[in-house]
Amino acid sequence: MANTAHLEAHATGHDAAHDDHTPKGWRRWVYSTNHKDIGIMYLIFAIVAGIVGGLLSGVMRMELQEPGIQIFHGLAAMVYGVDGDAALDAGKHMYNVFTTAHALIMVFFVVMPATMGGFANYFAPLMIGAPDTAFPRINNIAFWLLPPAFILLLMSLFFEGTGPGALGFGGGWTIYPPLSTSGHPGPAMDFAILSLHVAGISSILGAINLITTIFNMRAPGMTLHKMPLFAWSVLVTAFLLLLALPVLAGAITMLLTDRNFGTAFFKPAEGGDPILFQHLFWFFGHPEVYIMILPGFGIISHIVSTFSRKPIFGYMAMAYAMVAIGFVGFVVWAHHMYTTGLSLDVQRYFVAATMVIAVPTGVKIFSWIATMWGGSITFRTPMLWAIGFIFLFTVGGVTGVVLANAGADRALHDTYYVVAHFHYVLSLGAVFSIFAGWYYWYPKMFGYMYSEFLGKLHFWVMFVGVNLIFFPQHFLGLAGMPRRYIDYPDAFTLFNRISSYGYYITFFAMLIFFYATWEASRKKRPAGDSPWGEGATTLEWTLSSPPPFHQFSTLPRIESTNAH
Amino acid sequence: MADLTNQRIDPAMARRNKRVAVIGLSIAIGMVGLAYASVPLYNIFCQVTGFGGTPGKATDNPKGIIDRIMTVRFDSNVANDLSWSVKAAPSITDNIGAVDTVNYIATNLSDKPLTGMATFNVSPERAGVYFNKIECFCFTEQTLQPGETVEMPIVFFVDPELNDNPELNTIKEITLSYTFYASENGGS
Repeated sequence: MANTAHLEAHATGHDAAHDDHTPKGWRRWVYSTNHKDIGIMYLIFAIVAGIVGGLLSGVMRMELQEPGIQIFHGLAAMVYGVDGDAALDAGKHMYNVFTTAHALIMVFFVVMPATMGGFANYFAPLMIGAPDTAFPRINNIAFWLLPPAFILLLMSLFFEGTGPGALGFGGGWTIYPPLSTSGHPGPAMDFAILSLHVAGISSILGAINLITTIFNMRAPGMTLHKMPLFAWSVLVTAFLLLLALPVLAGAITMLLTDRNFGTAFFKPAEGGDPILFQHLFWFFGHPEVYIMILPGFGIISHIVSTFSRKPIFGYMAMAYAMVAIGFVGFVVWAHHMYTTGLSLDVQRYFVAATMVIAVPTGVKIFSWIATMWGGSITFRTPMLWAIGFIFLFTVGGVTGVVLANAGADRALHDTYYVVAHFHYVLSLGAVFSIFAGWYYWYPKMFGYMYSEFLGKLHFWVMFVGVNLIFFPQHFLGLAGMPRRYIDYPDAFTLFNRISSYGYYITFFAMLIFFYATWEASRKKRPAGDSPWGEGATTLEWTLSSPPPFHQFSTLPRIESTNAH
Repeated sequence: MADLTNQRIDPAMARRNKRVAVIGLSIAIGMVGLAYASVPLYNIFCQVTGFGGTPGKATDNPKGIIDRIMTVRFDSNVANDLSWSVKAAPSITDNIGAVDTVNYIATNLSDKPLTGMATFNVSPERAGVYFNKIECFCFTEQTLQPGETVEMPIVFFVDPELNDNPELNTIKEITLSYTFYASENGGS
């Protein structure tokens, strides 16, 4: 209780190291209400889930390296114990299960936990000068809901899906009915639905916690318009989560009751409409892609500013561009549904609205470039990742503008062009922003410096690898190769082979990443409080590295001259 | 193990935090509610606009006949779980606006009474709003005795306003499609 005295504005001026009642052992983590510990746990969780999701895609790339079916029938024979034609059919189903699981894991258990769980929890309170989040116990619950959700999803892989001998749900991450209702009578789909429910509750709780923290717990003098851009991105993203995820929860609850309790929301036989599910899903699904990328925008802004030694160009425009992207993101969902028979006028609206998103996105890209312009740039590891992000995200954005056209989309819908597009913005965009944040904040989070050489090597190998995977997929899509198939005609062999080689290079890059992390933890090079120099102006750099268990027991005051 | 972080928050701050959290939670719950509200709203939307090929209903054609020919084709599909045969009406070519009557013929192929129900749809979907049925067997459950054959009439007209829609300038044919399902308790 003596610690509460600190609240009473005793401006003693020194840090709160002496009230460091750090819980020890497993209790520190399982019972944790500390935003930094929870943030670290989110990051570790994301890495573990990322290994699973990444290995799944590796098996798919190995299968697609050559035409014909090489791997999955053997895998099915091994796992399910079936032979011959049955193994071939089970293998095809298994491929679909892998695609689905890869997508769901990467979206819900890698990118979202890493950005909105890990970095947002760790750094949003630090940046706004808060001692912790507003609801530390809810924070704990939000994190500990994720592992059960992940386990439910993994369990779904081992339960009957389409029928006997075909385990897991293979209907894609979009879980469209009727394939997800009458098409998968087994319990695999129910496990997946419950997994999404639990993961959704986790994210909603996390979002409420972060919104409350950012609204109520900013340090004296830090107005919303002085708040660092990463905190802005977290605020906008949290609102997107709050508005979008409940719609998914509603839609999958309808799926669940359609499947098990005789309702007919999506059953045409009883007056339902499967297209309604697509509307509901994409009303969630489109904001979801901004949920994945917006925190990355925030991270990149800080890195570009830090390593250009300049305040971010157009701070207000940057903040409100994110608000605009979040807002417009809710009224463009049917651009995923151009081929479902929308009238031309409806298609025209969705084309125009989708194109509008390119404007605030362009504002952000140009502001990053303008920040670098005339700055004294140092190409440290985080800066490489940030510039890599800007390049890759722009490529993905450009193909996005192509796909926004209903006419072009009619030809490209469900081809590898779409696969290339969303991997450029997410797999390369969001993931590069996560690695950028990792290398930027690693010295802050752990107190040690990683090897600059290994960090840069990781970047270059990964940059080459991911581009080799996904750039050829544009050509495959333009040539008409549809997505979600285990096999393809011989004509598509070359680019598929290159794409698979790219995967192996990326895999090697991930080995470098793990080695670099291990090396940093072994060598223990002290990083110092602010290793990036005068360019890093946000509050986390005023603390020690790693920050004390409880920080800011004397709240920092933000002077009017303090840059963002 | 003292929870230091909670003690740091003074009561005024706790109240403000609680308010924001309650607002946030109600937004989330409200959005779930909206997701469910979208189901009836979507149905109303389809009926009003003919979205997704939902045909309209009318009592007669007040708008007269115009000088444009339209062929209306009929189609029938029977789900696996219903042993009926349903013969679609032959296609019919007439001026837009003319009221026509056609018959579907359904037979119960099994040796027990079967109850079926039908859903329908118009293609192209944009024409749905102009396709008006005065009398039809829409959606009502119907029980056929073993071996029984019935005629199911449809009285319909195509709304002349179709001619004013530039999206349908090139349309010369409209297809009305019925799909028959076993009703919940009546299938075989």
